[in-house]
Amino acid sequence: MSNKLRIVHYLNQFFGQIGGEDKADIPLRKEDGAVGAGTALNNLLGEDAEIVNTIICGDTFFNENIEESKSKIKAMLQEIKPDLLVAGPAFNAGRYGVACGTAAEIAKTELGIDVVSGIYPENPGYEMFKQYAYFVETSDSAAGMRSALPDMAKIIKSYIQKDGELKSPAEEEYLPRGVRKNVFVEERGAARAVKMLLKKLEEKEFETEYPMPVFDRVEPAEAIRDMKKTKVALVTTGGIVPKGNPDHIESSSASKFGEYSLEGVMSLEQASYETAHGGYDPVCANMDSNRVLPVDIMRDLEKEGVIGELHNKFYTTVGNGTSVANSKIYAEEIAEKLNAAGVQAVILTST
Amino acid sequence: MKLELGKIIIDDLQFAVETRISDKTLFINQEELLELIGEDSRIIEINLDIVHPGEDVRIIPVKDVIEPRVKVKGPGGVFPGFISGEEMVGSGRTHVLKGVAVVTTGKIVGFQEGIIDMNGLGAEYTPFSKFHNLVVDCEVKENIKQHEHEEILRMVGLKTAAYLGKAAKEIEADEVETYEHKPFLEAAAEYPNLPKVGYIYMLQSQGLMHDTYVYGVDAKKIIPTLMSPTEIMDGAILSGNCVSACDKNTTYVHQNNPVIEELYKYHGKKYNFMGVIITNENVTLADKERSSNFTAKLAEMLSLDAVIVSEEGFGNPDADLIMNSKKLAGKEIKTVLITDEYAGRDGASQSLADADPSADAVITAGNANEVIDLPPMEKVIGYQDFADVIAGGFEGSIKEDGSISVEIQAITGSTNELGFNNLTSRSY
Repeated sequence: MSNKLRIVHYLNQFFGQIGGEDKADIPLRKEDGAVGAGTALNNLLGEDAEIVNTIICGDTFFNENIEESKSKIKAMLQEIKPDLLVAGPAFNAGRYGVACGTAAEIAKTELGIDVVSGIYPENPGYEMFKQYAYFVETSDSAAGMRSALPDMAKIIKSYIQKDGELKSPAEEEYLPRGVRKNVFVEERGAARAVKMLLKKLEEKEFETEYPMPVFDRVEPAEAIRDMKKTKVALVTTGGIVPKGNPDHIESSSASKFGEYSLEGVMSLEQASYETAHGGYDPVCANMDSNRVLPVDIMRDLEKEGVIGELHNKFYTTVGNGTSVANSKIYAEEIAEKLNAAGVQAVILTST
Repeated sequence: MKLELGKIIIDDLQFAVETRISDKTLFINQEELLELIGEDSRIIEINLDIVHPGEDVRIIPVKDVIEPRVKVKGPGGVFPGFISGEEMVGSGRTHVLKGVAVVTTGKIVGFQEGIIDMNGLGAEYTPFSKFHNLVVDCEVKENIKQHEHEEILRMVGLKTAAYLGKAAKEIEADEVETYEHKPFLEAAAEYPNLPKVGYIYMLQSQGLMHDTYVYGVDAKKIIPTLMSPTEIMDGAILSGNCVSACDKNTTYVHQNNPVIEELYKYHGKKYNFMGVIITNENVTLADKERSSNFTAKLAEMLSLDAVIVSEEGFGNPDADLIMNSKKLAGKEIKTVLITDEYAGRDGASQSLADADPSADAVITAGNANEVIDLPPMEKVIGYQDFADVIAGGFEGSIKEDGSISVEIQAITGSTNELGFNNLTSRSY
C-alpha cells in the first residue's frame, strides 16, 4: 500500500498513441498505467502520485456517442475509484476539449472527483466546462506540450500538498473557473466599501469583488395569430403545488420543478393546492391558488372558446433564491416537455 | 443634530429578583418582564432563555435581533412610532447595552427565518453568536395569520429591548461616541474642498411580511427621503420582515448600521459625509422607476460626488439596486454597491438577477447558496424541525443526530448587505 495519489488519465486517440484522424472513431477503452504523454506526466509527479489507468477514446466517437461515452466513463471511474482525474491537455482541439470537459463534468458532479486538465482558453471546451476542472492554460497546439505537462504537474502537486484545497486561480495559475467560493476576510464589508469608494474618488485603481455578468437575452417568440386554436400551458415560479408539496420543492433555492396534472381540474381549490414559496406571505395564495396560477380563468376562456385548450399539466417551481443557472436548466426541460406536448403558448406567472 | 452614544459594556446576563446592571452584569427580573411582554391576548406562552457565546446552543427559527437601549437626554425615545412617540430622534444622549441582544423565536411565521448557533461552525457565520443573548421564545394562538404573528413577535422583541434598556439609564457609560450631522448648507460650507459623499440606504419593502419601518411608517409607503445618519444610529429604522435570514437587516444592524459608522471614520478628512438617502424596494415597476429616479435626483440636489448603496434581500431588489446604479451613474455620481450573491450551491451560476456595466465597484457579502454542515447542539431553543423548510433548507436538511446541512442563506446575518459581517466571495 502506498499513499500515492491515484490518478486516471483521459486521452484521445492521438495522444493515446492509437492513431490520427483515421482512428478518431475508436470507442472508449481502458489501459493499465500511463500511456503516451501520461508517461512523461507520471515521471514529473515522482513519488507523490501515479497514473493507475488511462482511458482513451476517439474524438469522433466521443462526440457522436456522447451519452454512451459518459456512462462508460462514469462506470470506469466508479470501478477504479481514483483520487483525481487528469484530462488532456487538449490545446485548441475543439472536440478533444469538449471530451475532456465532459469527462470532467461527470467526474466532478456525479462522483465528486476533482479534475486537472490543460486547454487553450479559446477552445470551446473551456467556456463550456470551466467550472468542473482546474484548467492549466496551454498554447494552441501540441507544440506546447513541453510546458503544459510541468504546469499540470505543478497543480497536481499543489493539490496533494493542500489536501485538495487549491487557492485562487491567480495564486495557483489555473484558468478562472467562474466558481464563487466564500471566504472570511479581515475587514467587514462596510469598511471595504468605504475603502473602495475612497479609491474611486481618488481615481486610483480598485478591484470590484463581483465583476458584472453578461446576461443572455431571449428573442420573443412570434406573435400568435389565432388564440382560438391555441393550446396554452400554465407555468409558474410562484410555487403553487398540490397540498402537502408532494415533491418537497424547497421554499427557497429550489433544486427541482414539479409537473402536475390539471386533468378535470376546473379551479384550484383551497383544500387541494397551496404554495411552497418562501418569499411572500402565503395567506392569500393558500386561500386561492388560482390568483398565482389562474386555472379558473383559463377554464372560463376555454369554455368561451377564446383559447383552444388549456394544457392538461402545469409546471411549477420556486423562484425565490434559485440560481440563474438552475432556473435555466428547469426552463429548458419544461420547454422541451411543452414542445413535445404541442403547446403553442405559455402564461408564465411569478408572484 | 448631535448624538452621544453612551456604551455600557455587558459581559454577563443573569436572571434575578430585580432588573439592574451591576459590575458589567445585566440582571433580569423574569416575572416583571414576562408580565410586560405577555399582555397581548393573542399570545399563549413566552419562555425566556439566556445564552452565552460558546455555549452548545442553537436558536431556530430566529425572527429578529435587537439591541437594548434607552434615551437618556434629548427628544424622543427608543423605537419611535412603536414604543415611543413621533418625536424625531438622533440628538441628545442614548445609552446602549453593548454585548447584549434580544433574540426572538417561536414557531415559524413565514419560511424565511434563521438559525443562530452559539458554538461550532455556524457560530462563525452569524455575527449574533458573539453576544450574550436573551432569547424570547413566544407562541401565539393557532388561528393567528402570518402577518399578525410577525407583528406580535416584533412588538414582543421591541418591548423586551426597551425594558432591558431602561436598566442603563442611570449607569455611567464605559465609552461615549459622539456623532454630529449639521444642516446641509452648514455641512457643505464646513469642508468646501472635500468631495461630498452620501449613503443610499435601500430598505426592504416588497410587502407581505417584507417590511421595514421608518418612525413606524411602512417603508413601502414612502418616497425616498433624506435622513440624518444620527437618526438611524438612534433607532429610527427597524425590521419587520421575514426575508431570508442571511441578508435581512435585523433591527440590530439598523441600529448599528456599519456603513454609517465606517463613513464617519473619514468624514472631514477625505470627504464630507453629507447624509443618508433612504429608499425602498417596492415590487411594481412604476414604484421601482419612481424610487430610483427620486433617489438619483436627491443625490444630485445634495451635489453628491460619490455614494455607497446598500441592498436588502435579493432577486427582485437586485432590479432596484441596478436601477439605482444606472441612474446615479447617469448623473456622474461615483458609486459603490454592497450586495450578496446567489451563485448556486456549486457557485457556478450568475450571482444576481440583474446586472449593468455601471456597477463596476461591488462589495459582495458572500454566496448565500453555499452549503455548510452544522454540528448537533446540546440544546435547541425553538424548533429544529423547521430546518427542512426555512429558506436555505431542503428536504433532509435536518439529520437524525441533530446536525443540519443548509445553505448559509438560513443563517441569521451571514451575508448581511450592510457589510456587517466579514464574509465575502471570490472567483475560483
